[in-house]
Amino acid sequence: MAARPVSAKEVAEAVHAHAHVAAAGGRTKKPLVGEGEVIEMGGLSGIAEYEASEYTFTARAGTPVREVEGALKEKRQYLPFDPLFVEGGATLGGTIAAGVSGPGRFRYGGLRDFLIGVEFVDGSGRLVRSGGKVVKNAAGFDLPKFLVGSLGRFGIVTEVSFKVFPAPVETVTLRVSCANHEVAGERLAEVARSRWEAEALDYDLAARCMVVRLGGPGRALDLLCGEIESRWRGEVERVDPETAAEGWADFREWAGAAKTGSRVVKIPMTLSQFGPLREGLEEVGAGGGRLSSGGAVWWLAVDEDRMEGVHAALEEKGFAGLVVRGEPWSSPWIGRREMAGILGAVKEALDPVGRFPGL
Amino acid sequence: MDSTLSGLLEVLPAERVYTDAVYLAAYESDGLTAFKAKPRAVVVPETLEEVIGVVRWCHDHEVPFVARGSGTSLSGGSLPVEEGIVIALNRLNRILEVDPVDRVAVVEPGVINLDVSRAADEFGLHFAPDPSSQSICTIGGNVAFNSGGAHCLKYGMTANHVLGIKAVLGTGEVVEFGGRSREQIGPDFAGLFCGSEGLFGVGLEITLRLLPKAECFHTVLAGYRSLEEAGHAVAAVIDSGLLPGALEIMDALAIEAAEAAVACGYPKGAEAVLIVELEGPVEKVAAEREQLDGILADTSAFETRVAADEEERMTIWRGRKSAFSAVGRLSPDFIVQDGVVPRTRLGEALRKIGEMSAETGFRVANVFHAGDGNLHPLILYDGREEGALAGAEALAGRILNMCVEMGGSITGEHGVGMEKRDFLPGMFSEYDIEVMKRVRAAFDPKEVANPGKMFPGAEAPALSQHGMHPLEKAGLISRE
Repeated sequence: MAARPVSAKEVAEAVHAHAHVAAAGGRTKKPLVGEGEVIEMGGLSGIAEYEASEYTFTARAGTPVREVEGALKEKRQYLPFDPLFVEGGATLGGTIAAGVSGPGRFRYGGLRDFLIGVEFVDGSGRLVRSGGKVVKNAAGFDLPKFLVGSLGRFGIVTEVSFKVFPAPVETVTLRVSCANHEVAGERLAEVARSRWEAEALDYDLAARCMVVRLGGPGRALDLLCGEIESRWRGEVERVDPETAAEGWADFREWAGAAKTGSRVVKIPMTLSQFGPLREGLEEVGAGGGRLSSGGAVWWLAVDEDRMEGVHAALEEKGFAGLVVRGEPWSSPWIGRREMAGILGAVKEALDPVGRFPGL
Repeated sequence: MDSTLSGLLEVLPAERVYTDAVYLAAYESDGLTAFKAKPRAVVVPETLEEVIGVVRWCHDHEVPFVARGSGTSLSGGSLPVEEGIVIALNRLNRILEVDPVDRVAVVEPGVINLDVSRAADEFGLHFAPDPSSQSICTIGGNVAFNSGGAHCLKYGMTANHVLGIKAVLGTGEVVEFGGRSREQIGPDFAGLFCGSEGLFGVGLEITLRLLPKAECFHTVLAGYRSLEEAGHAVAAVIDSGLLPGALEIMDALAIEAAEAAVACGYPKGAEAVLIVELEGPVEKVAAEREQLDGILADTSAFETRVAADEEERMTIWRGRKSAFSAVGRLSPDFIVQDGVVPRTRLGEALRKIGEMSAETGFRVANVFHAGDGNLHPLILYDGREEGALAGAEALAGRILNMCVEMGGSITGEHGVGMEKRDFLPGMFSEYDIEVMKRVRAAFDPKEVANPGKMFPGAEAPALSQHGMHPLEKAGLISRE
């Protein structure tokens, strides 16, 4: 039976008690749960400290992100990087371990930029603290950042501290139709460098539609929208708030992929790589999905038949992908993967006997 | 030349390996002039290969090294290791690339912070981290110490703007962490490398995130009759839901110093001034400034000024940015501290600092990033008086302990370096530190990369100080 600790101490005991352990939270990202005796983190839940005036909160790692977002909303604050799979039950710890951020990462940065402190259990089954609870801190190594995207291979996070921001007073979403992907790429670059200060900047490949979210006082947004509308006259649609909210939520949940049984793959990239990467993916019939965060990442739903093809295409073009959602695949890492010696050395330092899943 | 160094001459030419005492003396200290240490040699590489060669030589011969840029560290981070090698990176100062589409710059470690923004300017982009020494400090040092500045609350510190790092580790291994994308897969090594204080190795090529320049600014200076009232104003701004780019406070002593140095014309009789700056698209700033004006009108400010143009804005900032060096006019010597408290406890922290100042007899000027609780108490003393430096250091220590007790940090942006090694255990348990040491050993098992910094217990070099840093005297750098 899986262990279900209710305190950091119990997590440490559970780690200590087994040769091989793997943490699991809300299981929204199943391909990322590694092999080993499962430690269910759901019992380690709840916000420990939240002082809105500090722009920070501290919570136990198994806390559902939904609960956190609710508490922040009451104080008109938010996690600006738009965590993913929130309605699906994603937890703070899982979100950190997976290292995934949503469209809002465009404006102020991703999860890595808002995580300020952690407590975790290392491979020796002992508790370690790193970072702090204040928004600014330069003491000691930044292990919190290192754990972002580390897939539980180096430690199990038990408590986390985040920086948060005041939520924009109002937001407005614009959809900009693009004749083709090249035009879309140029427009993404233009918005990304513009004076408009977009909060989110995505591109829906199937719909050939750039999606821009602006935030701020309503009066100002009206004027900014007017300028964007006249920049691409006839191609810009102001989305009504309800539809806009649904659209962003749909993307953050990837509910569609769950229905069709597709896996969701994250591919970091840059805008200037859009062409070559698209070429590779189109060749294997996987040219859809969504560019997010101004073209910093391509999110792709891949059906079973095309997984091998996508893996090969990424490898050939020199990209790395992470299988985030859907059924586990042979490895969470697809495409090109380079293993520097230092990766193993740090693994050895934090998990000397290899209790956590391997690299 | 010392014959044990002959191997270095296979890595770089003799004219760039300095061993004469006069030359070495220039490298004995950094921005924290209280410490001095004599290196065995200073090498000045011009290529990455030369840096790699020097590090490998140091590794093979177990000779400690310190990489150094402009030597502006305020925590003694670039202080030489006694009898070690100083790798001066100033000639590795090429901006290799500015890409307006990917919005990144790729630079060598010796590039000056401000030069990145200058190079990005033609594309409407800039590099956000802006430590006060930005006209002289280098990116390599910014990365090693995760430097901050006045805009950290909104934009974060250096680590938040570093996407990729090519580095040579203490093992001599050359690695590439992260990349050009703002997103990545796998543990965030670039994030870990930032702020590692040179203990992992030397950054060789750094990929920086560039952001669009703000279209306009709205800068307000408000004068208050007490620090507490200025603190209340900060709380009001924070609680309003506005997210200013900067939120700074100076106390009466700091104002007095700035006034004497740059005649910034701050409100007469102010016990504290608050600087608030909004930034963004014209339309947004226009709407938000109304809100801000309303908030400040409800505070007890006895005078409020709005910068009408860029020149007035610069005048307001000149006072703030000069404050630290300006304190040198009030006192022959001073210590700049850098602690963090939870923002809501700023008032309490300042009151306690005031009490400690009265109790010990050392004058303390306060300048701080109020938005993020980052205090910079400046402790004034005269190094010629016996015991004064030790007394000032003791007071600095008490202030740091107070920060930790309040749930804050011993450093917001200067790093631990040499200065705060002994305070690290105040924040972290013995085991936390042991884990950090194990991580360090993964990067640098022989402990040749900047040994003696960050961790407590190492042998300290001699303390000796009087007067300001030469660059500070020349007005080239300021401490923050």
